[in-house]
Amino acid sequence: MSNRDEVLAILRENARYSAAEIAEQTDLDEAEVEAAIRDLEAAGAVRGYQAVIDWERLERERVRAAVELNVTLDRETSYNDVAERLARFPQVQALRLVSGDYDFLMEVEGESMRQVSHFISEKVAPVPEITQTVTHYIMESYKEQGVDFGDGTDDDRLSISP
Amino acid sequence: MKPSERVAQVPPSGIRRFFELAEEMDDIISLGVGEPDFSTPWAAREAAIASLEQGKTSYTANRGRRELRERIETHVDSNYDLDYDADEEILVTAGASEGLDLAFRALVNPGDTVAVAQPSYVSYVPGVVFAHGEVLPVPTRREDEFKLTREVLEDAGAEAADLLVMCYPNNPTGATMTAEDLEEVAAFAREHDLGVLSDEIYAELTYEHDHTSIATLPGMRERTVVFNGFSKAYAMTGLRLGYALGPPDIVGAMNRIHQYTMLSAPTTAQYAAIEALDSCDDAVRDMCEQYDRRRKLVLSRFEDMGVDCFRSSGAFYAFPESPWEDPGEFAEALLEAERVAVVPGTAFGEGGENHLRVSYATGMDDLKEAMARIARFVD
Repeated sequence: MSNRDEVLAILRENARYSAAEIAEQTDLDEAEVEAAIRDLEAAGAVRGYQAVIDWERLERERVRAAVELNVTLDRETSYNDVAERLARFPQVQALRLVSGDYDFLMEVEGESMRQVSHFISEKVAPVPEITQTVTHYIMESYKEQGVDFGDGTDDDRLSISP
Repeated sequence: MKPSERVAQVPPSGIRRFFELAEEMDDIISLGVGEPDFSTPWAAREAAIASLEQGKTSYTANRGRRELRERIETHVDSNYDLDYDADEEILVTAGASEGLDLAFRALVNPGDTVAVAQPSYVSYVPGVVFAHGEVLPVPTRREDEFKLTREVLEDAGAEAADLLVMCYPNNPTGATMTAEDLEEVAAFAREHDLGVLSDEIYAELTYEHDHTSIATLPGMRERTVVFNGFSKAYAMTGLRLGYALGPPDIVGAMNRIHQYTMLSAPTTAQYAAIEALDSCDDAVRDMCEQYDRRRKLVLSRFEDMGVDCFRSSGAFYAFPESPWEDPGEFAEALLEAERVAVVPGTAFGEGGENHLRVSYATGMDDLKEAMARIARFVD
């Protein structure tokens, strides 16, 4: 594994590790770790670092929806054009072009169902290229970004074994 | 009625007392565990569940389900260049431990000498005694990074032995041996007509070079039985599934005992193992990467503490020198003062006397905390 790949694998697991902490888990020194992270950021490969939050544990109402979007394109308009326009809205948390029955899968977040519905009907649906939207409100989240929201299991191993 | 003299001859496990001490405390971080902290990869667990749902709970063929043996044949060939026939040369056992016990009983005549490279896993010596053999300990040395060498074999007088038991990657030291290192042992075995029982249960967990099996070296296949299994690499310890690879007559003899005593290895575990071999390579690689990071952390922390610790390169153990002369006293004091459990090297036979086995089969956060506590205690 290259330095970059090794650092990347560790950051994907826990982006809060300091360079010193990453260094002692690898054969790299702190400066090499910092350089690898700088490279990854400069190349636009690492775009950000975020906490994975289970909002339910905070007893906070966060309304999220997965929205299917169908579009029609013409010679002047590409998928990228439509995507750029949609991605600018801060309500849009994720936007992906997908294969299958529809074109884009968009994740939207808001304070209330009304706010999210309003956003879709007022801002998304009127976009001329968009021909259809299907909104799925997220009712429960079990796993996000590879993190399981279950309680896990206790370590039931014997404390000493040969 | 009373236990036989032979059983009375074998003392209970050397770590028993320490185990009891640790079990009484509920707030410890244990670096004393000889099994993975990961759960069995979900795909393998799910296959086990599905097999139960379908009522697949009968005995299997004595040697294990044929589809499992076929997969083992392919797996050991592609991973270790070991060429064994699923029908004649592979025996599925209840853990590698059962395989070793079978081999001792199938190969040892009363009074035969079995050389055991040490420090080593705690079962070999009792296994030899139960099979009416005489144990010849072959202590390995820190200056050889706990590898088995011609010199230590000669020093121990192993040329007179009938069998040699070795385990690399090693529990408790974490030592590994390259093909070149092994050739020295192989030459010794050929010269003195020694059979070799090679416990390779940690074969998948090497960090600096790929594992080589001694059975792949010239003239060794016919005098070697290899033991491997699913416990360590696939985190399947409690499912109890291993396998032995060897020449047809030897595996046949082992199977003779197995068919009358065990009948067949656990059926549910065999289904889990089939799935493990089919689809869990990525999970094994992930676990391996995690162990490697922890290994580097542990080694660098010991270095910072000024504690001598050779660069272990396999399994999930570091084997530092005990900061105190008596590793048992050190381990007990560390447990009392800092609530961290490590295992004194004395539990593993000769050669490990003034060392400690530190297992890094523990999550990174706990591992860091434990190492910080050890540093504080040593300071």
